[in-house]
Amino acid sequence: MSETRRPAWLQSTIITIASLLLAFLVSAIVMVAADAEVASKWAYFFSRPGDALSASWDKIAATFHAMWVGSVGSWGALTNTTREATPLICAGLGVAVAFRAGLFNIGAQGQAMVGALFAAFLGFTVKGLPIFIHLPLVILAGVLAGAIWGGIVGLLKARSGAHEVILTIMMNYIAGSILAYFMLQPAFQAPGRADPISPVLEWSATMPRIAGSSLHLGFLLALIAAAASWWLLERTKFGINLKAVGLNPNAAATAGASVSNITMITMALSGALAGLAGVMMVTAPESLTGSPPQMTGTIIGTLGFDAITVALLGRSRPLGVVFAGLLFGALKASRRTMVTMAGTPDKLTDLIQALVVLFVAAPAFVAWLLPFLKERKPKKKMTPEGLVAGA
Amino acid sequence: MSITEVGQQPTLSLRGITKRFGPLTANDDITVDIVPGRIHCLLGENGAGKSTLMNILFGLLEADEGEIRLGETSLKLTNPKQAMAAGIGMVHQHFMLIPVFTVAENMVLGHEPTRAGMLDLQSARRKVRELSARYKLDVDPDALVEDLPVGIQQRVEILKALANDATYLIFDEPTAVLTPQEIDELMLVMQSLRDEGRAIVFITHKLREVRAVADDITVIRRGKVVGQAEPGTSEGELATMMVGRSVSLKVGKTAADPGSERLVIDHLTVASESGAVAVDDLSLTVRGGEIVCIAGVQGNGQTELAEALLGTMTPVSGTVNLDGADITNARPARSIKAGLGYVPEDRHRDGFIGEFSIAENLVLDNLDGFTKFGSLQLKAIAENAIARIEEFDIRATSHTQSVNSLSGGNQQKVVLARELSRPLALLLASQPTRGVDVGAIEFLHKRIVGERDRGTAVLIISTELEEVESLADRIAVMYRGRIVGIVPPDTSRDVLGLMMAGVPHEDALATMKEATHE
Repeated sequence: MSETRRPAWLQSTIITIASLLLAFLVSAIVMVAADAEVASKWAYFFSRPGDALSASWDKIAATFHAMWVGSVGSWGALTNTTREATPLICAGLGVAVAFRAGLFNIGAQGQAMVGALFAAFLGFTVKGLPIFIHLPLVILAGVLAGAIWGGIVGLLKARSGAHEVILTIMMNYIAGSILAYFMLQPAFQAPGRADPISPVLEWSATMPRIAGSSLHLGFLLALIAAAASWWLLERTKFGINLKAVGLNPNAAATAGASVSNITMITMALSGALAGLAGVMMVTAPESLTGSPPQMTGTIIGTLGFDAITVALLGRSRPLGVVFAGLLFGALKASRRTMVTMAGTPDKLTDLIQALVVLFVAAPAFVAWLLPFLKERKPKKKMTPEGLVAGA
Repeated sequence: MSITEVGQQPTLSLRGITKRFGPLTANDDITVDIVPGRIHCLLGENGAGKSTLMNILFGLLEADEGEIRLGETSLKLTNPKQAMAAGIGMVHQHFMLIPVFTVAENMVLGHEPTRAGMLDLQSARRKVRELSARYKLDVDPDALVEDLPVGIQQRVEILKALANDATYLIFDEPTAVLTPQEIDELMLVMQSLRDEGRAIVFITHKLREVRAVADDITVIRRGKVVGQAEPGTSEGELATMMVGRSVSLKVGKTAADPGSERLVIDHLTVASESGAVAVDDLSLTVRGGEIVCIAGVQGNGQTELAEALLGTMTPVSGTVNLDGADITNARPARSIKAGLGYVPEDRHRDGFIGEFSIAENLVLDNLDGFTKFGSLQLKAIAENAIARIEEFDIRATSHTQSVNSLSGGNQQKVVLARELSRPLALLLASQPTRGVDVGAIEFLHKRIVGERDRGTAVLIISTELEEVESLADRIAVMYRGRIVGIVPPDTSRDVLGLMMAGVPHEDALATMKEATHE
């Protein structure tokens, strides 16, 4: 029966691309409706439809053009995209790896926070080390902090059966409070400042970049992390067991896998990748100054939640996560040009991102909106194996 | 009210029913007449399309072609409610009962009687008593369903259908979960319902049962009616019709040549998940080169025994030795390394990862053997899969196909192929042929006997007496966590049946002697 059915990966790719297009379409409508000037032209649509249509078209074209310019329109813009994408890819990989083991890691946020905190602290307190020692030390500190933060959740889940969603949410609160507390301690504050802002990191704790651009070593590290995640998931015993636990923990245990060990290790690994994302947030140089932004209490922003989006859009596959990270990185990178060139509020990128998640998370809804995407077969439950085999 | 006169009810007929699922035709132009006052057996292998047909009749599926006629009128059945209104009732294979509800609550579920807007349980109880008295199906209306044995739960299902006064009763594989005695009782119930003028549709793949009660037999193979058979047709002929070729129902096996003791279970006690004693101070020895079958009704501790041997459950006390190594508290990985081959009772739950490919499933518990320098050897895994698919005659288009897309028999072949592809000290197989069609059963049994002949100790846990009789060199009957007795394989079914209800061997023999003398 397989000859008439599309392979699963193809179907999911089609749905994913359709979701993206739908998200852009809906956001274009919102963009038009939200713009007072364009909306005013729609008021007399029936007397002079041309005005409304051309104004809407201009608005949409200008916004998408601005997005293009801001994200891939030039070498500088392109490297801004990779800079924005780097932490998204790292944290997205973390969430994706956990997903594959059946674990919903909501805690990338907290894991990235502790990762950033430890990395930044070593970055501005340790002085005089050469870059090839200092930078790896900083990265390692952040990754380890994230791994411990995630590993605690894994340990609690494996030992007590507590649900990882609740645990990671709580760990996010704790991480947020710890971050806020430390950022108010003099040891973490820039000299002479009373507000939560750290000193500038040493140059030896900064990701080296290609001069004049925002392309830095971190992006390469993110790609290596993606490749390593792929290898781990697809080519190792641990990866097979991890996926087996995600799909059918009973059968995995029967085949000799230790579900609790795999849960612990996976959560630590997931936390490590999120911690790496935190490192990227504090060590990536800014294009103008060449040094990274100073550590603040809010530097992580919504990274941990964006990571869930990235993992969802990337279908929890490392290559998918890289593409999804680049896409959302591009959206983030184009915020400024959208405002300056098209006068469109930068919140629109958030809207697009939210819509993408909505559509990706509801593939059946997309297939219902666009019926031609549907395969010529009844619903999943109605497959012949499901019914006939029950005889 | 109920049926008063035999023969008054019209015939329910399925005419030219065709149902397709994509490229697969599950039912191909099937015509069957269901006549009140007769027991109609639908005989066919798993996947032959019996359940699809009955789901159409019960309004759960709609046919692509054909019609359902009740006497002269054409029926349009798009949901079970309409089917029930037409007098069709179904006793499902997997009971549709809510375990934490009482019998009475289950009986009225969906059409609860109310008094002043409140649930009227009193009248529900009365109804249960009435019905169970009328049909001599004894149940306590206030018992919680989860506390009842499976046979009684089935009675509740039957009563539920009778509460609607169903004229046409469909029994979907009703005997799979019953003891021989319970099966006999069920047969009596079916016969008395028939004599009342009801039509019984009895779906099964067990030939002995068909011969015992059927008035009409329709054999279905690959979605088509291959023929009708007389009730007197021999089991061999029925099997040939069902499978499409002649099959041997008995495994050709030589006498066992038991070697040294390989598996030694000594005073093993295991608690179930709820904390009750499931395996009670059980001792059993299996030698190399012999097959010991544990016979017993489901739920007498077999599951816990198997899981304790594997290591997914930890025993409370006692020891388990395999080839002299203590594996009492070993985790599955170590038991497997020690030479345990394990075929779980519920293969969908424990046996394989359905989304994984055949190739991946075939190495699932031996990944170390296919890892070099930390990296999986995909080529070796693929070669292994191709060899196993050939050796075990797994019907698949490719080794990259997911196991979910295989039929039940082929899924079980994947599990058995995996376990038999490494050197074993003990093969522990629970219900190795449950839900597997006759053709594949023959093959699986041959492989199990072949493993015995290589000197492996084989322990089979089965609730099917046919299987126990054809495989066992010794039969250990298990009841409430204990071994009631160990008997030779030629022990009569009646004696085994009594032992399965807890009667010791001598007493069972004595009882049977008395019965024959009468």
